[in-house]
Amino acid sequence: MSVKPMPTAFKSFARGVIEDWIIIPGKILIRNKKGLVGLLITLIYIIIAVIGPRVIPQPRSFTCMPYEPPSIFKWPPSFEHPLGCDYMGTDIWAQIVWGTPIVLQIAFVAGMLTTLIGIVVGMVAGFKGGIVDSVLMTITDIIMTIPGLPFLIVLSTIIAVSDPWAIGVLISIRWWTGLARSIRSQVLSIKQRDFIEAARILGMPTHHIVFREIMPNLMSFIAINFISAAVGAIYASVGLYFLGILPISAYNWGVMLNMAYKQAGALFSMSTLHYILTPIVAIIVLQTGLILFSYSLDEIFNPRLRTKV
Amino acid sequence: MSFKKANRAYEGIKPYLPVIKWFTKRLAVALITIYFAVTLSFIIIKSMPGDPIEALTQAFITQYYMDYESARSLAESVAPFVPRGPLWLQYIDYISKFFRGDLGVSISYSTGTPVMDLLAKTIPWTVLVVATSLVISFGVGVVIGMVMAYKHGGKLDSFLAVLFSIIRSIPEYIVAIVLLIVLGFQLKLFPTRGAYSSGIQPSLSLQFIADVLWHAALPILTWIIVHVGGWALGMRGSTIGVLGEDFITYAKARGLPSRRIVITYVGKNAILPLFTSFMLSIGFMFGGSIFIEYIFSYPGVGSLLYSAVSERDYFLMLGVFNIIIVAVVLAALLADILYGVIDPRIRRGTT
Repeated sequence: MSVKPMPTAFKSFARGVIEDWIIIPGKILIRNKKGLVGLLITLIYIIIAVIGPRVIPQPRSFTCMPYEPPSIFKWPPSFEHPLGCDYMGTDIWAQIVWGTPIVLQIAFVAGMLTTLIGIVVGMVAGFKGGIVDSVLMTITDIIMTIPGLPFLIVLSTIIAVSDPWAIGVLISIRWWTGLARSIRSQVLSIKQRDFIEAARILGMPTHHIVFREIMPNLMSFIAINFISAAVGAIYASVGLYFLGILPISAYNWGVMLNMAYKQAGALFSMSTLHYILTPIVAIIVLQTGLILFSYSLDEIFNPRLRTKV
Repeated sequence: MSFKKANRAYEGIKPYLPVIKWFTKRLAVALITIYFAVTLSFIIIKSMPGDPIEALTQAFITQYYMDYESARSLAESVAPFVPRGPLWLQYIDYISKFFRGDLGVSISYSTGTPVMDLLAKTIPWTVLVVATSLVISFGVGVVIGMVMAYKHGGKLDSFLAVLFSIIRSIPEYIVAIVLLIVLGFQLKLFPTRGAYSSGIQPSLSLQFIADVLWHAALPILTWIIVHVGGWALGMRGSTIGVLGEDFITYAKARGLPSRRIVITYVGKNAILPLFTSFMLSIGFMFGGSIFIEYIFSYPGVGSLLYSAVSERDYFLMLGVFNIIIVAVVLAALLADILYGVIDPRIRRGTT
């Protein structure tokens, strides 16, 4: 039983990757308690989103027995239904769990797309300069001026979307502008620095300058922006579901809020408070986790802060 | 007019040329944005499934028991564009009517009411809530931000910094629902819906004003909770920047009273960068008021947009959308101009 030794180049590369992506961030996180808490919260949500729908049966109405139509709201939290049931006799915990992947998918898609468009537009504008820069920045200014929420509402009444990915795309149409502007000004300031000048003189190819010299300096910035785009996407999408503007076709925290607000009378009856409180807590904890996690991103990605570890 | 005279006039304008160029660019972006929004609205109206004129006709028939012919001609006369003729003519008509303030009529509210009238009725309520909460949250936030900056690095500062950035990420509809449940329904301290009690006649009496403020309290409180942290964090950052400047050290060295340094030297300079976002907030809160007004059933622009969307009343929906955009654009433009007036560095075109 002999194991072929790995080529040394690959070994050192693998060690570098492990050190860069696991050991150093781990050390930073252990020191930075806020970031650690944030990461743990985010991970718990991701685990719920991935495993939850496979373990917990799909929420169905009238499953909390006995269902007696005249006397609704008789399902406080119990052993069988840890968070109780809503006014239709649907398990609340199951609804939260089944809503999690949708919320996270929207947040992820919107975060990714916003970041991507922002980076490309900002980089191109910053590097090319001249007419390309002014055209791109004028477009950015115009889109920036359009108020995001009404724009999103009008768009989603016309383009009827229900797929979480499509909703993510819709949200990112408006939200990339801030990042594009900041990336552009960062590129403009970094472009002048000595080490870029040195790389140019050494005859480094452009892609090397962009990805090896400039990107590392922007990484913490981009990562923090990714998180805030995700937070914004959660806000917007849950809000649109809450208003009932996005089609109520899936289990979503916004739909739960909407039902609790509109129909269940959960606002004025203490006995049904858990119904409206659950999605509220779910959203607040997720947003808090993401924000706390973003606190540690600066330390993780900023090469100058890293060296102190 | 001699060449010399013209030259002197040019010399007089010359220092302001960068400002003029900068302002022209701002104005151009503002106009293009409004034009873009109006064009988008036209495209939306024309690409809607179903004929909006036909929908309006049917609404007239059901509401006023009109016969088809007169309902159709009425619908055609009040539409925000000429329904007959080539597309480009309809487009030009739509744009010219928009700039004359004709946004068409509503289908869902008492049919045939001009969109402009509905807007005129709702805008004051939104302005009341937005302006009051913006001024309060800005004032409170600036003071907290300065205190945080002076205690920079201390326990209170870092606690508040984390707390504010978390609160800032909590959606306002959640804050609104929680306030509605706790202060509205459970403690019964504030009314839960509407802009004033149904029993009171709108007038300028003290009783009516007090009633309006009592009804606006929860929406305003929601905005304040959501926004005060953002202002505090912004002011904190900008104050820390100013505190490191040489002129502060110099002022201290001159032995000026610290009260004067805090207010005139630090405060004024630190608020300046926040000014633009203050003006921009007016527009964005205007557009973002849909959640709060929906939750508190407050009869403002946001509620109007919500009912237009849920009733698929497209003229009304796009009318509200366009007015919000115009408000945002004008606020941004005004912010730029005022900023130029306030900040001498911009006025002289040096930055």
